[in-house]
Amino acid sequence: MQLTVWTYEGPPHVGAMRVVTAMRGVHYVLHAPQGDTYADLLFTMIERRQVRPPVTYTTFQARDLGKDTAEIFKRSAREAYERFKPDLVVVGASCTAELIQDDPAGIGQTIGIPVPVVPVEFSAYQHKENHGASETLYRLVRACTQGVAKKTERAPGPPSCNLLGPTALGFRHRDDVTEITRLLAQLGVTVNVVASLGASPADLARLPDADFNVVLYREVGESAARYLTKTYGQPAVTTVPLGVGATRDFIKEVAALAKVDPEPVLSQVNSRLPWYTRSVDSTYLTGKRVFIFGDGTHVLAAARIATEELGFTVVGLGSYSRELARDLRAAAAHYGVEALISDDHLEVEETIARLHPELVLGTQMERHTAKRLGLPCAVISAPVHVQDFPARYSPQMGFEGANVIFDTWVHPLMMGLEEHLLSMFREDFEFGEGAGPSHLGAHAVKERSVEAQPAVVPAPVAAPSPAAQQPVAAAPAPVVKPEQPAGAVVTSWTPEAEKELKKIPFFVRGKARRNTERFAQERNIAQITLETLYDAKAHFRS
Amino acid sequence: MNAIALPQADARPILRERGQHEVFCGLTGIVWLHRKIQDAFFLVVGSRTCAHLIQSAAGVMIFAEPRFATAILQDKDLAGLTDANEELDRVVSRLVLRRPDIKLLFLVGSCPSEVIKLDLSRAALRLSRALGPQVRVLNYSGSGIETTFTQGEDACLASMVPELPESLEGERNLLVVGALPDVVEDQFQRLFDALGIPVRFFPPRRSTQLPPLTPGTKFLLAQPFLASTAHALEERGAKRLASPFPFGVEGTTAWFEAAAKAFGVPEATVASVLAPAQQRAQTALGQVREKLAGKRIFFFPDSQLEVPLARFLSRELKMELVEVGTPYLHQEHLGPDLALLPANTVVSEGQDVERQLDRCRAAKPDLVVCGLGLANPLEVEGLATKWSIELVFTPIHGFEQAGDLAELFARPLLRRTRLMV
Ligand code: SF4
Repeated sequence: MQLTVWTYEGPPHVGAMRVVTAMRGVHYVLHAPQGDTYADLLFTMIERRQVRPPVTYTTFQARDLGKDTAEIFKRSAREAYERFKPDLVVVGASCTAELIQDDPAGIGQTIGIPVPVVPVEFSAYQHKENHGASETLYRLVRACTQGVAKKTERAPGPPSCNLLGPTALGFRHRDDVTEITRLLAQLGVTVNVVASLGASPADLARLPDADFNVVLYREVGESAARYLTKTYGQPAVTTVPLGVGATRDFIKEVAALAKVDPEPVLSQVNSRLPWYTRSVDSTYLTGKRVFIFGDGTHVLAAARIATEELGFTVVGLGSYSRELARDLRAAAAHYGVEALISDDHLEVEETIARLHPELVLGTQMERHTAKRLGLPCAVISAPVHVQDFPARYSPQMGFEGANVIFDTWVHPLMMGLEEHLLSMFREDFEFGEGAGPSHLGAHAVKERSVEAQPAVVPAPVAAPSPAAQQPVAAAPAPVVKPEQPAGAVVTSWTPEAEKELKKIPFFVRGKARRNTERFAQERNIAQITLETLYDAKAHFRS
Repeated sequence: MNAIALPQADARPILRERGQHEVFCGLTGIVWLHRKIQDAFFLVVGSRTCAHLIQSAAGVMIFAEPRFATAILQDKDLAGLTDANEELDRVVSRLVLRRPDIKLLFLVGSCPSEVIKLDLSRAALRLSRALGPQVRVLNYSGSGIETTFTQGEDACLASMVPELPESLEGERNLLVVGALPDVVEDQFQRLFDALGIPVRFFPPRRSTQLPPLTPGTKFLLAQPFLASTAHALEERGAKRLASPFPFGVEGTTAWFEAAAKAFGVPEATVASVLAPAQQRAQTALGQVREKLAGKRIFFFPDSQLEVPLARFLSRELKMELVEVGTPYLHQEHLGPDLALLPANTVVSEGQDVERQLDRCRAAKPDLVVCGLGLANPLEVEGLATKWSIELVFTPIHGFEQAGDLAELFARPLLRRTRLMV
């Protein structure tokens, strides 16, 4: 048993839902109890999809167990077919139905539905959401290309590729697809099929027509790409175009496969990131200590952007994507840190607290953790939140994506500077102690004491209440332990050291104070002297 | 699946359906129960799905340390029940060590734990012996194969009933049953005080303050979904007072009157105590009534609050009821509310969501009350919706909230009249 408060990934059948919901003409019959229908709200509330996910749940009950749950499955599948007339039906079980072993896969083949029935099965007690999405995409690709022969000769026309990996409820997938499609068009490469976002089963059958594949999200797209390489000899582009450098590499890799000249596109890169990051006001970004956590694809890319494009120092990185553990470990070694491969948000939080970075690049969970620890944070990866589906165009990939990333990552730091100024002048008459940093919102100061107060209403924000308008999210706030363990040494400053501290420029003074106190605490130094102050300074410098 | 119409006690045909249910399971109740009982911890023994459900329902809650968690079953836990029990003991002892503030621990069963027949009641006994008296361990099931949404609270409260201390003094007292927001509880407390009725609330805010049962205990249900809790209390000799539920002026008045009658409070006293609050509520309702009167409303089944809310909307705000769907209809507890519904109102129990959507689209109501999975798609189809889950998480009981409750239904309609895009 694994004790869990919040999870980074849902169960595998939610991954399957992300794939089928992204498609047209597919219906998913899921053997599952009624509570599992909550998954619909992820799509209708968080992503604000305009139609319900194409999923029929059997919603069997205790009284059906051992009697006719298989019968219920048959009936649900037939009725779903009759009502929705899909081109293809996916059948499968959620974690509970997996235990009762009704064999939806077997039943699916025998109920006389006149369209292809594709079973997807997972070990729900072992696997998670991304595995479910990957496996479902792979099964669908295999089923839809069945009988499609390998091309002996390429069809005439411009070079073309498939985009593999985008799904419903994906982190910026919608805009990434638009951005990359445009970029490919500049190179003269057309997009044959996007799988699964917007594709029909007939579209999947056309996958082999493309000259090569582009894997945008490795967790979801890689198995399908491997299958297509093996079966149809299609090569796959593996560079993920996140960041300016990676996008350039991506262009070269695509150009080589498409046999086109990358130079015209490379010579007119229209990203502002390279200039903004070189402009003098970005100097203060140099060496900022960042901690990175998220899915494998985004973490690997973020580490490169952080170091090569913003001049940060990576002090730690990690991911909940076990499937990319090997690459993550290699990347970590490259940056001289250890990779934290974990889906335990408490462990991630402890790591952040220990490393005390100046910027956290993480998921919504780390955003909450960082907020509590008073650290700036930018969100780089799923699990998704309603804020990850902005009304405006906001890709992460390609050159426009790099612009978005520059803004998103630097913004909290600018705000962080404002915070320093605020704490610097905190004792001034115009700044009360209660004034929190503006970008943390009015809640920043109050939050810590929420649990201590008696609840006024039983559950304040489970649904958007009229006052709070807090949308339902897949990623709520993680648990945070008190920052100081009980029994820690209480440090005080000698007047002399305190005076010295005041001589340090105001915008680094807060940091100097925190670092020195941490230094003292770690060494059980009860009183900070001049000596301690400079020892600490030397320590953090090295 | 076939819908069969059966004549009922009040001769109203009930449309019974058994198809796809689009309703949360009982685990969801943890979201509000853990805020109510402030020294209790809820440990779900379940799958990743269960953890994901609670997380999705809980939304962006920012609590220092939520008092709930899921012990997610792994492959190896399914291999043998002895191992699963050992694992559970290990997880619980770690948890208790970390959270010395916990006085009451609920082991909450889920579909997977039920299906593998992990006996949580035995586990609770075993752990109670090991951890008592500092920590009491109880168990209930919030599984989706046995409970819908609010039934989780029912199962939770029912599991606490055997824990209620017995007091042999013949003192008569009133128990108000069902988790209420503290603000509502305090309002009710003041009114009962003014009526001179000794009242206790169940569940209490702290598990160490369980209300006692005496031979003369009478209880009033504050929520319409507490069938097994009521049953367990009756088994212990407490007597249920029948009444419509305390929503709106009419329901709240009847509810207090039921208590007053049982405790022999003179009618004149009741009238004078309730009058100021009734007055305020009437004024508040008056402001909303013109927006809602004559509007047609359709309820999808969700929280079992549907029948009393429909009664309030029809009688006090003059809305027209098209269909009132409820996941489970407790004829006895809801009898007084059902009797006040117009004769032509369709009441449906259970669900076949696709067929119900067909009926809803055909009826083209002005307002649809439904779950989060259905709301936005219905809006896209041109129907105004009100999310039912908000009715569970917002204070809506009693006189002082009557206006807010009406406002919840008026706001979606008002919004539509404002938007020009
Ligand atoms: S329906 Fe069952 S499996 Fe699904 S979340 Fe609820 S208890 Fe867990």
